[in-house]
Amino acid sequence: MTTGSTEKVNGARALIKCLEEEGVDTIFGYPGGQIIPFYNEIYDSNLRHILVRHEQAAAHAADGYARATGKTGVCVSTSGPGATNLVTGIATAYMDSVPIVALTGQVPTFLIGNDAFQEADITGITQPITKHNYLIQDAKELPRIVKEAFHIASTGRPGPVLIDLPKDVQNAEIDFYYPDKVELRGYKPTYKGNTQQIKRAAEEIANSCMPIIYAGGGVISSNASAELVELAETINAPVTTTLLGIGAIPTEHPLHVGMLGMHGTKYANYAIQESDLIIAVGARFDDRVTGKLESFAPNARVIHIDVDPAEISKNVKVQIPIVGDAKQVLKSLNKYIRCCNSEAWIEKIDHWKKEYPLNYRQVSPDVIMPQFVIEQISEACRDAIIVTEVGQHQMWAAQFFKYKKPRTFITSGGLGTMGYGFPAAIGAKVGKPDKTVINIAGDGSFQMNSQELATAVQNDIPVVSVILNNGYLGMVRQWQELFYDRRYSHTYIKGSVDFVKLAEAYGALGLRAEKPSEVRPAIEEAVRSGRPAVVEVIVECEANVYPMVPAGAAINEILDIEEHADTPCAMPDLRKVKVDGVLDLEEQ
Amino acid sequence: MKHTLAVLVENKSGVLSRVASLFSRRGYNIDSLAVGVTEDPEISRMTIVVQGDDQVLEQVTKQLNKLVDVIKVSDIGVDDAVERELALIKVSADVTARAEIIQIANIFRARIVDVSPKSVTVEVTGDEGKIDAIEKLLRQFGIKEMVRTGKIALVRGSKKV
Ligand SMILES: Cc1ncc(C[n+]2csc(CCOP(=O)(O)OP(=O)(O)O)c2C)c(N)n1
Ligand SMILES: [Mg+2]
Repeated sequence: MTTGSTEKVNGARALIKCLEEEGVDTIFGYPGGQIIPFYNEIYDSNLRHILVRHEQAAAHAADGYARATGKTGVCVSTSGPGATNLVTGIATAYMDSVPIVALTGQVPTFLIGNDAFQEADITGITQPITKHNYLIQDAKELPRIVKEAFHIASTGRPGPVLIDLPKDVQNAEIDFYYPDKVELRGYKPTYKGNTQQIKRAAEEIANSCMPIIYAGGGVISSNASAELVELAETINAPVTTTLLGIGAIPTEHPLHVGMLGMHGTKYANYAIQESDLIIAVGARFDDRVTGKLESFAPNARVIHIDVDPAEISKNVKVQIPIVGDAKQVLKSLNKYIRCCNSEAWIEKIDHWKKEYPLNYRQVSPDVIMPQFVIEQISEACRDAIIVTEVGQHQMWAAQFFKYKKPRTFITSGGLGTMGYGFPAAIGAKVGKPDKTVINIAGDGSFQMNSQELATAVQNDIPVVSVILNNGYLGMVRQWQELFYDRRYSHTYIKGSVDFVKLAEAYGALGLRAEKPSEVRPAIEEAVRSGRPAVVEVIVECEANVYPMVPAGAAINEILDIEEHADTPCAMPDLRKVKVDGVLDLEEQ
Repeated sequence: MKHTLAVLVENKSGVLSRVASLFSRRGYNIDSLAVGVTEDPEISRMTIVVQGDDQVLEQVTKQLNKLVDVIKVSDIGVDDAVERELALIKVSADVTARAEIIQIANIFRARIVDVSPKSVTVEVTGDEGKIDAIEKLLRQFGIKEMVRTGKIALVRGSKKV
């Protein structure tokens, strides 16, 4: 390694060396005029570069890679439109606290501010959606800045960091020296929880009869699952997770009560509402979780463990804040706890579990219910990494797949980005080549980044996308059905494209299932093929995600299947379908 | 409730915009903001006056602390701090009004820094209340233009923030 010694190189070469020093093996990107010097150096380097077909996909792939591996993902683009195309991916990573480093080309320093060709103020644009960002103005600063960027992205509460690289900086000669330490006086995350607070938490737990553990994405990102399960088992408390916390405890663990919130299980929502103590770990009391704040868990005292002090008492008043890394805090908390008095409570919860199981109704024997597809994937690909797009299929994937390990459920939670799943699945597969990676997609979402089929084929990345084709922007349609009088304004997309032919056109495998009996074989064939594949599953078109807490309601005010029976699949009133293109397709 | 925050930041380009955009993004109101370099040329000090209850203040403080370029945030209590603001006030004044304006300025220990046939410019320093008071008195003559720096503050005694 070159640490300690110096060598004359240009900025672009220096950047490659920095990435190597950081242990980066793969980057996802797309070239252009202002990043050519860097690409010129990639050409001779040992870095694996995955050429995407849209920069948004590079950011999502870096994000999927990071979530699957726990390492920092890296994406790169040119200036201007290349950089702005990264924005959605960066925002997605920011909302879900995912460590990525985004490298963007920039016009030469002497042109900055001139509205030069392909100039965009990307550090300004990404200021509110990055943990930090840099515009390098002097090549000599490059190694220090890259070192800092990786440090900031991956430590504390992780998040995206962007480095803007003017072309002249990439070309300038410097004496390369990679620092081995960062010195950031304004950035000192707290990892070790305050011992006094941890002891107080243990006391609260001992005094509680109805505790519940509420685990979020922070448990996954700090690799604290084992400690979390130990806590739950020792104190005999149920565990509910957020969407991003899925996998923190196995789905089938007896103490697991599933996801809470808007599409959470009834029993998780009932349990948190009745609890007398919430132990929140790496979670942020998001509005999709708490529902109406004033009526959230009215009797509960709250212990909140989080590495980000700003999350504590932001939405819900906390009695015992513990700032620190989830793993470290849980480790030390586990030393002080003993079993609490929760037998009757667990019994009650088990009773709810039996009475209100997650369920769905088969509307007729030969239609494929979307939930059934997820169950089939769960049985056929037990150890797969599941990645999702955004919509109803995402919620069904959260509800009906049996997760066993952390980092096996990857989804855009905070931003809810349609088009995330496929490129993120590509990133996950690149990071975990030995795992089966399934992208559970909707027909709408898949079309937001379907061009990445080319990336998967060209780079031989065998990701399987299972598209639950309901012919609708289903989640929006569900809201329109329930709250807008079934006025399906611009959510009907049936017949957009033949997904099988689309896959084939790119050189991927395309399969279709139209009957329940065809689902499992199609999924198995796609996985077995070892090729990038698309399995289009024609599912019941008006199935809804239940349970559902309407936005703004208390989380125990739950709509469920019985109360809101699915009506049989009906065509929308075509006179009301205002998009001409859709009408044409329908008539063909 | 008004709070005065002393925020020590890296003296680098872009830091002011990070701080300002944080306030607007999170919906916090800035009453005033003054910024300048400190005894250490690598560190700037912002004095930010914000409106809000304790919960807002707690969030503002925590969010500011999350910025990598923010080194330290302190809430400066009103009682134990020296607080100053500087204002320049250009007042309409013909020869007859001039004497009265000068008299008012003297009472406030303000200074006349510019005189023209039709105007007088007054420089005044003090806490917010004092500047509000002189402004009110000068208003009867017609204020043509006024500029205020926003508050700066130091904790009394040998203590630093
Ligand atoms: C980029 C983006 N645009 C719009 C939305 C709003 N939105 C949320 S879910 C959804 C429908 C998704 O449709 P589809 O992918 O077919 O999934 P389904 O709900 O039918 O399973 C839409 C439009 C979004 N989340 N992301
Ligand atoms: Mg759909």
